[in-house]
Amino acid sequence: MTLLKTLAPYDFPSSDAVENYAGRQLLYINWERHRMFSRPFVLALAPETLFGEIIDTHMTDCFSYHPDWAQIDWRAVRWLNGSRPVVLDRNKSLADNGIGHKDLIRLITPGLDGIAGSGY
Amino acid sequence: MDMKVSKKLGLKERYTMMTRDLAWDTTFQPMDKVFPQVGYEGIKIHDWNAWEDPFRLTMDAYWKYQAEKERKLYAILDAFNQNNGHLSVTDARYINVLKLFLGSTPPLELMAARGFSMVARQMVGAGPRVACMMQSVDEYRHFQTQIHSISNYNRFYNGLDEFAHQQSRMWYLSDGKSFFDDAITAGPFEFMVAIGFAFEYVLTNILFVPFISGAAYNGDMAAMTVGFSAQSDEARHMTLGLECIKFMLEQDPDNLPIVQRWIDKWTWRGTRKLASVGMMMDYMLPKRIMSFKEAWEIYFEQNGTALFTDLARYGVKVPKCFDQTIEEKEHITHQSWIGFYMKPDATPFHTWMPQPEELDWLSEKYPNTFDTYYRPVYEHWIAQEKAGKRFNNKTQPMNCQVCVSTIKFNEPGDPMEMCFRETVYKGEKFHFCSDHCREIFEDEPEKYVQTFISSHAALQGKCEPEGTDVNAHDYRPGARMHAYWRMDKRASGDFNGSEDQKNFAKWRAQATQN
Ligand SMILES: [Fe+2]
Ligand SMILES: [Fe+2]
Ligand SMILES: [Zn+2]
Repeated sequence: MTLLKTLAPYDFPSSDAVENYAGRQLLYINWERHRMFSRPFVLALAPETLFGEIIDTHMTDCFSYHPDWAQIDWRAVRWLNGSRPVVLDRNKSLADNGIGHKDLIRLITPGLDGIAGSGY
Repeated sequence: MDMKVSKKLGLKERYTMMTRDLAWDTTFQPMDKVFPQVGYEGIKIHDWNAWEDPFRLTMDAYWKYQAEKERKLYAILDAFNQNNGHLSVTDARYINVLKLFLGSTPPLELMAARGFSMVARQMVGAGPRVACMMQSVDEYRHFQTQIHSISNYNRFYNGLDEFAHQQSRMWYLSDGKSFFDDAITAGPFEFMVAIGFAFEYVLTNILFVPFISGAAYNGDMAAMTVGFSAQSDEARHMTLGLECIKFMLEQDPDNLPIVQRWIDKWTWRGTRKLASVGMMMDYMLPKRIMSFKEAWEIYFEQNGTALFTDLARYGVKVPKCFDQTIEEKEHITHQSWIGFYMKPDATPFHTWMPQPEELDWLSEKYPNTFDTYYRPVYEHWIAQEKAGKRFNNKTQPMNCQVCVSTIKFNEPGDPMEMCFRETVYKGEKFHFCSDHCREIFEDEPEKYVQTFISSHAALQGKCEPEGTDVNAHDYRPGARMHAYWRMDKRASGDFNGSEDQKNFAKWRAQATQN
């Protein structure tokens, strides 16, 4: 229950409601144990976007700077949505993969732990 | 005619006449209608007269002291400027400390000024009202003197001129802005706990001492003097914050849980805000005074423990985040510097990789963490830089919905894992950097759903520079952030190769050689 106390009615919309994105939705991407990128990055994409396109363009553009990127065994990778393990199909869209507005998708690459195993 | 010569008033009498005697209870309107803000937060006050005025300063004496300070300050600033004092700093990397610190602080001082003048109007007792009014004037003075201090540097170095425009737009300034926006939109008592207590009392030392001594140690007499001049007001500010806490706790036992929640909330928010100050100490000062970790131990752990031992008699407990901040002191400055280094196009100040002896200093100061987690990636980046591949992460950040820091901190207990927290409110997902920020959100979600996150706003098309044609076929929301931020290209990028670096070397050579 809210603890907010006010002198007058207080009702303001969320700044980042999905309606504000003209048919697109926010998606956050993180590569676990590769903290060189400091924080996840955010995209606004149509829900019909193929998940594979995100890997091949956005993730590759950003993450290929890391020497581990070329080492990834894509058959062994795992994914989380927030803290929940999920199976993602690169040939399906965001919507068909069950990825909604403001979901955080986390890539786990077993055996790859960043520069000198530091997590970076 | 006989003239009765009255005796000069004693200090106490004079004080009473100049403060409490000037106040009255309203009769045309009921007091609670004139002062509605003191009631709605749930704080119960039974006797406003019980407020102890911690410093018996009258307004006339206040003006006299402050004028004297100003005279001294501007004499030093003028001398510094006339003698090209900027060339006596250790090296041009130091200027970036001013760009970061003095580029982000003045607007916050202004918010503090606004906040305290609001609270001065909202409080019932004359004692707190006069004290808040003085603090408001102090904060306004800090705002002005800091700008005067940067104005001289602005004549010579890039990136200092758009801080006011950038304050409410720039990604890395959003944490400070949100801190003060949150405080000023709370009621007067929460504002006092947020700024007067948590910020001024618990955290101000860690903000000012490293900045002032860092400036002094690196040859910047101007910034040092501005810092000292502000710091001399802080004693009064701290006393006011502490007095307000004690007053609330003495007035009614029901106030304790409310005050405790505010202490927990604002100590955490302040801690997050100070991550970049710590980064300045560990990475940006060419000559370092002490590590952030050491400063945290002295000013937060030791002083904080003493303070909360003192407050324990009122039932107040140490802030909930205390243990987490102790674990984090080994990490946050490194994680912050990585966050800035990897984004060279997106700050109006330069970043760089530490030099070999600086890496060794960090190893020595952070024996538990630096070599294991941070040195390897720095050495990798240094090699990349030599190969002409300086890191530049072009993506847009994810931010905490409450503190608006980029989400870059580690899971408590595991420095290799990121810390993520989320919650769903009215069908929408919200993300946080920590348990503490999530709790703050969940206590008052109506407030934090409105947070301004620049990367989100950009993707909505709300961050376009003037003249952007949103109907153009190639229009992409957020593609022109640099123009929107009014980023001076010369001011961004790596320090090595920058115009500031070249100019400083050239001017110093002219000043010291024939
Ligand atoms: Fe101030
Ligand atoms: Fe202050
Ligand atoms: Zn946070």
